[in-house]
Amino acid sequence: MSSELAVELRGIHKRFGTVHANRGVDLSVRRGSVHGIVGENGAGKSTLMSILYGFYPADEGRIAIDGEPVVLRGTHDAITHGIGMVHQHFMLVERFTVLENVVLGAEQGFALAKSLAAARRELQRLADEFGLAVDPDARVSELPVGALQRVEILKALFRGARILILDEPTGVLTPQETEALFRVLATLKARGVTILLITHKLKEILAVTDRVTVMRGGSVVADRETAQTGEAELAELMVGRQVQRSGLHAARERGELRLQAEGLDWRDAAGVLRLQGVSLSLHAGEIVGVAGVSGNGQSELLALLSSLQPLQQGHLRLRDDDGAWLEFDAAHPGDPHRLRRLGVAHVPEDRHRLGLVLGFEAWESALLGYVDDSTVKRGPFVAGAAARAQCRQMMEEFDVRPRNERLGSSKFSGGNQQKLILAREFRRAPRVLLIGQPTRGVDIGAIEFIHRRIVALRDAGCAVLLVSTELDEILALADRILVMSGGRITGELARSEADETRLGCLMGDARAAA
Amino acid sequence: MKNVPAVLPRWIDVVLLPVLNVLMALGAAGLVVWAIGQNPFTAVQLLVQGAFGSALAWSYTLYYTTNFICTGLAVAVAFHCGHFNIGAEGQGTVGGLGVGLVLLAGDAWLPGWLLVPLALAGGLLSGAAWAFVPAWLQARRGSHIVITTIMFNFLASTLMVWLLVNVVKVPGNQAVESRLFAPGAVLPSAQAMFAALGIEWPDTPLNLAFAIALLACVGVWAMLWHTRLGYALRTVGLAAGAARYAGIDPRRLTVVALCISGALAALVGVNEIAGVHHKLLLDFVAGAGFTGIAVALMGRNHPVGIVLSALLFGALAQGGSELVFEMPAFTRDMSVAVQGFVVLFCGALALLLRPPVAWVYGRLAKGPAA
Repeated sequence: MSSELAVELRGIHKRFGTVHANRGVDLSVRRGSVHGIVGENGAGKSTLMSILYGFYPADEGRIAIDGEPVVLRGTHDAITHGIGMVHQHFMLVERFTVLENVVLGAEQGFALAKSLAAARRELQRLADEFGLAVDPDARVSELPVGALQRVEILKALFRGARILILDEPTGVLTPQETEALFRVLATLKARGVTILLITHKLKEILAVTDRVTVMRGGSVVADRETAQTGEAELAELMVGRQVQRSGLHAARERGELRLQAEGLDWRDAAGVLRLQGVSLSLHAGEIVGVAGVSGNGQSELLALLSSLQPLQQGHLRLRDDDGAWLEFDAAHPGDPHRLRRLGVAHVPEDRHRLGLVLGFEAWESALLGYVDDSTVKRGPFVAGAAARAQCRQMMEEFDVRPRNERLGSSKFSGGNQQKLILAREFRRAPRVLLIGQPTRGVDIGAIEFIHRRIVALRDAGCAVLLVSTELDEILALADRILVMSGGRITGELARSEADETRLGCLMGDARAAA
Repeated sequence: MKNVPAVLPRWIDVVLLPVLNVLMALGAAGLVVWAIGQNPFTAVQLLVQGAFGSALAWSYTLYYTTNFICTGLAVAVAFHCGHFNIGAEGQGTVGGLGVGLVLLAGDAWLPGWLLVPLALAGGLLSGAAWAFVPAWLQARRGSHIVITTIMFNFLASTLMVWLLVNVVKVPGNQAVESRLFAPGAVLPSAQAMFAALGIEWPDTPLNLAFAIALLACVGVWAMLWHTRLGYALRTVGLAAGAARYAGIDPRRLTVVALCISGALAALVGVNEIAGVHHKLLLDFVAGAGFTGIAVALMGRNHPVGIVLSALLFGALAQGGSELVFEMPAFTRDMSVAVQGFVVLFCGALALLLRPPVAWVYGRLAKGPAA
């Protein structure tokens, strides 16, 4: 009986300080199956997998691999027991070739050449057996994301992995690349590899897994045969209540033109052309979605529109309160402070580096960009009491928990940090909103809330530019969709003509050519 | 490492750990004293006696403390903006030069009540100006401030030598120094101020600059945590990206913070030139600029912590020289070694004892509940 199970976890407990990340978790994974683990951020999925991969020991509980009780003192032990992990962020040395990356850490003997020759043969065998074609001599820095993921999987298999943990593997893939990955997973499964898939995308769980475990608040709340469950039930189990994700959309008349960009080119410090001839327009009362695989120029576009980076080519026009047009170009740069006063709010993609100051208390982060506001400005001083009261009010309005304005910004969960930023940017009724990855790393309950707020802002007449790598999010919110690929806008679709396949084709467009 | 609390109560981090660190440093220093065949306990007793045993001892300790407060604040302000100012030594030197030149220029014809504040302003501006150049180079040209400020220390000391030998030297005097300032054109000594209140106080270098340094602490505290400038400065230090996002120019703030830092370091020059020596001379900063790094580190870059750690270093400086005097086997170099141990244990190894303390605290905190 137990020998059918590749992985068996019993009564796993793990505490970090006061946080009880895993509370008596039981998990059984059949050999040769694809087992999904779903849950919101902070549900304890990653902690559990880190324990299984030997990153840290469990406080309590037992682990058995192939029916044998094991003690995992480090990742080395886990690898010895045939466990491999593909991380969400690839752990590859960019300047090394595929072969060098695969061998890294598994070299035999003093001289490298012998290991490499042996590795080349083994790599070829694995690639043939599992259908994971990658050129062993290609430099990692030159490979597309989908190939990098195959390299990571090869790395794990090369070390003899028979149990493969994949942590949010599709976050950076196009729909087509995702499908290719799923085909690989099917081959792996057919060859008897056991796969643990951690994700928050329920569609993927339903598409590829045999069985699914739902976690919430550090515990397992359900364990289902995939065939016997559905998206609605899983979502409800994850959040602990019913979730409504549709019905946000109601077509509306768009208003005046508010923001216009024409012919934006932009080169990064290394001289690489990151944006090429990007033009777009943004009207009051509409949400324009920018879809694309991350790293195709969306971040650069947001940085230019918000004046975080100076324009190099092309120009930007912004209509002010009185209907007059303000022009910006390389010779007439804007600055974030000025744009903010003109009613351009910006919710940055990278909330930890830009949106908040993690070392600040919440009320200080809530002042970011607005420390000169008349409500908190007292000559050269900041009116601390007034600023804290204002922050409390923002927390109340956007349901930021815990409601403690003196708590360090880093102590809030991702969703609550994001809500604090939204509260700060939304409260002055912006005329234009630039918003990047509004729900990245945010739990499902908060996603719903954030989406409703964005739509409410649009309904109040704000012009919204939404950059997101989540197609679901774009499709749920946007009135008009621009697709970016390779630094260009490769397509524009009305919301009614857009679906995942069409968007996916446009997203893959220039990448195939490049 | 089961059940070790990640977050400890503030008193452990703020009080207990620093005290334990000082005790470790004294323990290590005690081993050195023991190794040269002296009694470590006698040495500690002599040191404490020498630093705090009398009004005279206190007065000297506070005089040293003054310099360490100023340079500690200077390092801390730059640090809050994300920069490591190793140039307090040079900024203090040039600050003192500014003070001295104003006093030399004006003591013949300006009244003291006007001249001394002018000299103070001159000193602060000179210190700020000396810090401005590396700051500007960092902001505009990306020249690393750690390198440039340390180079500017050498430039400052060379500049002093050149000026004292060629420009302000008294003809016929063998010593490399200026003439004395007029008696009315200096900061009042502690002895003079206490005498005005009818209190008898020994004749020591302690002077009004100590009060100015304490005022600077209050000023720095208010500036960093209660002004928009301080907010912007800390934003740049903690997250330069977020600063740009907020419309704060990190380059401008770098220059502003370093100028404030330089002005604070210049207070050493105010203390030494206008308060103690009453003339321009060489090497009056005497390493306080470097000690300031340890002071700021140990004081966690907070004015209150800086006052306390400056007092510790002041006591070590004063008590150490008494100890050298009373215990001949204990040389000047050993006194420096003791300061080195304090820097090592309180600065570089400040968190050495945190894991075991956290473990003990975890056990004790759980004890009553279990």
